[in-house]
Amino acid sequence: MAYTRAKIADLVDGKIDHDTLHQMLATPKDPERFSIYLEILQQRMPWDDKIILPLGPKLYMVQRKDTKQWKIRCECGHDFCDWRENWKLFARVHVRDTPEKMEEIYPRLMTPTSSWQVLREYYCPECGTLHDVEAPTPWYPVIRDFEPDIDTFYKDWLGLPVPERVEAA
Amino acid sequence: MNVNVRPQGAQGATRGIVRGGETLKEHRDRLMEATKRTKHYAGLEKLELRDTQPIHYNKLFSRLRAGVVDARETAKKIAASPIVEQEGELCFTLYNAAGDSILTSTGIIIHVGTMGAAIKYMIENDWESNPGIHDKDLFCNNDCLIGNVHPCDIHTIVPIFWEGELIGWVGGVTHVIDTGSVGPGSMSTGQVQRFGDGYQITCRKVGANDTLFRDWLHESQRMVRTTRYWMLDERTRIAGCHMIRKLVEEVVAEEGIEAYWKFAYEAVEHGRQGLQNRIKAMTIPGTYRQVGFVDVPYAHEDVRVPSDFAKLDTIMHSPSEITIRGDGTWRLDFEGASRWGWHTYNAHQVSFTSGIWVMMTQTLIPSEMINDGAAYGTEFRLPKGTWMNPDDRRVAFSYSWHFLVSSWTALWRGLSRSYFGRGYLEEVNAGNANTSNWLQGGGFNQYDEIHAVNSFECAANGTGATAVHDGLSHAAAIWNPEGDMGDMEIWELAEPLIYLGRQIKASSGGAGKYRGGCGFESLRMVWNAKDWTMFFMGNGHITSDWGLMGGYPAASGYRFAAHDTGLKELIASGAPLPFGGDTDPQNPTWDAMIPDAKIKRDKQAITTEEMFKDYDLYLNYMRGGPGFGDPIDRDPQSVVDDINGGYLIERFALQVYGVVAAKGADGAFTADIAATTARRKEIRAERLAKSVPTREWMKGEREKILAKDAGDHVKQMFASSFKLGPRFFKDFQTFWDLPADWKLLEEEIGIPHYGSHYHMDVSELPDVKTVQFVEQ
Repeated sequence: MAYTRAKIADLVDGKIDHDTLHQMLATPKDPERFSIYLEILQQRMPWDDKIILPLGPKLYMVQRKDTKQWKIRCECGHDFCDWRENWKLFARVHVRDTPEKMEEIYPRLMTPTSSWQVLREYYCPECGTLHDVEAPTPWYPVIRDFEPDIDTFYKDWLGLPVPERVEAA
Repeated sequence: MNVNVRPQGAQGATRGIVRGGETLKEHRDRLMEATKRTKHYAGLEKLELRDTQPIHYNKLFSRLRAGVVDARETAKKIAASPIVEQEGELCFTLYNAAGDSILTSTGIIIHVGTMGAAIKYMIENDWESNPGIHDKDLFCNNDCLIGNVHPCDIHTIVPIFWEGELIGWVGGVTHVIDTGSVGPGSMSTGQVQRFGDGYQITCRKVGANDTLFRDWLHESQRMVRTTRYWMLDERTRIAGCHMIRKLVEEVVAEEGIEAYWKFAYEAVEHGRQGLQNRIKAMTIPGTYRQVGFVDVPYAHEDVRVPSDFAKLDTIMHSPSEITIRGDGTWRLDFEGASRWGWHTYNAHQVSFTSGIWVMMTQTLIPSEMINDGAAYGTEFRLPKGTWMNPDDRRVAFSYSWHFLVSSWTALWRGLSRSYFGRGYLEEVNAGNANTSNWLQGGGFNQYDEIHAVNSFECAANGTGATAVHDGLSHAAAIWNPEGDMGDMEIWELAEPLIYLGRQIKASSGGAGKYRGGCGFESLRMVWNAKDWTMFFMGNGHITSDWGLMGGYPAASGYRFAAHDTGLKELIASGAPLPFGGDTDPQNPTWDAMIPDAKIKRDKQAITTEEMFKDYDLYLNYMRGGPGFGDPIDRDPQSVVDDINGGYLIERFALQVYGVVAAKGADGAFTADIAATTARRKEIRAERLAKSVPTREWMKGEREKILAKDAGDHVKQMFASSFKLGPRFFKDFQTFWDLPADWKLLEEEIGIPHYGSHYHMDVSELPDVKTVQFVEQ
């Protein structure tokens, strides 16, 4: 089932009508979705480097126009790091590890107990967007949550050319 | 090829019961060898029936599937237990002769695998020769050491014969309200070993000629507290199994045994292929990592367990790595999981793997074709000795869901990264709630009978936010996609507990651009109970679901109970009474209304049997789901709608969402958009001011690790994971750049660690052959 570009834009905006949403959930997937989705997102970005893969509402893997290197980028234009690295290690982090810090988010008694579990909020160093919240125990390593196999995805699964990539030294 | 009957089946005394003359063991061995050799279930590289007669194939599927669903709907009306009758905690599954499921009904479909594991156990341990398997036999199983989830899930298994030969099996399961464990209720907390975990039955033949044996009836009814529910639940299961057996007989008579036989195997391979196709259609190849935790707070005085060595705080740890390959196959590896423990939250490998399909049917494979094909299409690695694959036959399982739901919620995040990347935003889900609290207990009820209760209100928790809308509030539980909170009037009939309130649990859903669905809370007053006890069962110190892509986890749990409330006198005098919900536990309103009461209001969300009497209070708080996206990107109107609707406590509009809201004359809040925009800008600046570069923070955390500065419960979790997961340990050591000789052993923490060195698996018992379903 294919959907119009307008419907997919509505989906991205969280304004999709219920009937279409239900159809999207209940029928086989539309393989062309990825390309339309990328086009919609690309047009909305304040930069024109090519989006390789959306990683979050404001987080992308992109191909830099000038160097052809692939980067992890915030929507504001800030590049965290090379695409093969864990962007969280290049973010700013705020750790909620006391009852006072927890109670800014939850009512008392409904917070995690900070000696058992902490909240780690990862922000873009430039615009302060909150890109991820980890909720592990103390001591827990920063999780590298996703290492996509872009080449197989583009070439073998979608039949798309893999965008040019110059690996950073 | 197809799974045709052996052309020269054995004859005479060696002739087996399977169609064509194989023994069950020979039949299963042949299938498993072909599966291993060809990577196609039963060696079915071609689906002969499906490819040549697709309409016939689909007709068979539709008729059988409809019949299995119908059997469930009909049978559940026989049950008296509200768990079955109201919540639908039952399921029926049709199996082929080898014990692989062909199709299943709706309901608690985790048992697609667990009843299959029981059939396979009977096959591998030669039940065929002793006690014998005959037409019209009845078998009962709930043994957690061979794959059941927890003892309260009781299986009835019936072989299906055609012209004197076995052609399959049907299994029915219900969640019974009590299994005679140490504490009342189906998922009790007080026991720490199998020997107190309730009545366990190992694939026992309990009937012949469609009649239950009298010794079984007499024994089983006195092994549990709720005899009437137990007996009616058994009739529910038998009725459903017999409806399905009759259906199969009719289908075979009308469509022919050859067609049915082919279908019974092709459907499994079809299911396997279906999963592979869906993986390619919906996900992105690559590696996904995530982790789940939940608390086991047993050092507290209100956790009364029989053994010193169980009296400690621990944490369940469930890291997972999903690898999706280019060919659409996948592998789920739980390297680094923590050890099983002396509590009732352990899980068998089958309940762990089979249960994942309950989740996957809500996302990756939302089809009616739920069968063992998906299991054959998935590689699991569950390290031996972990809580999801214990290596000791003493372990208890009665509330394995405490760990299961907390582990699986992480898998949503991994899959959702895939869906998000591809633009299938409709499939994104930040995770599932920790499905609690479980109000349980027992004593003498309002009908002066020995009774046990397990309120299934938490079949309606909040769900996770998606990438396009908020999670559903008070809606569902991962283990039963048809979740329902049940009618208050029915619960009041089933439990000596009156409702003083039932309302949305404000701020229980995780914050985000799209927030998690909120749970709800019920205030219950004990009424007309005698010698009554209750306890709490849920997460407290840890919120087991995380947010996704900037969203926050759901709120965690707490308990509120009040004894000696004086409510009798307050009611008589017309004084204000606690009604509704504990809306803001930071600013409670009930406590002052019952000034002389003994109130327990704290983070101890797991307890054991505590005495309650009439007019005592118990708050049953159902958890919310996690959020998605940065909360300051949430539509301000949605935030004020949440305040007005009772989903959000007012102060968090400003603190979390940066929404400046004002209360109008009509009492409703409205958003000040200009002030909100300004405030959100300030929040961005504040975030940068209070945060540090991640690598800077890591230096301080590393120092804490070198100093071994953490609670014993945290250290115990890591030490047990390090021992069972050498790769996890190595990664930990590398990440924190720890010295080569750094180590952390349970022995050095100074807390009991019984079971860490000495353990004995059920497979070490004489004449026992366990069935291995996963890589360890």
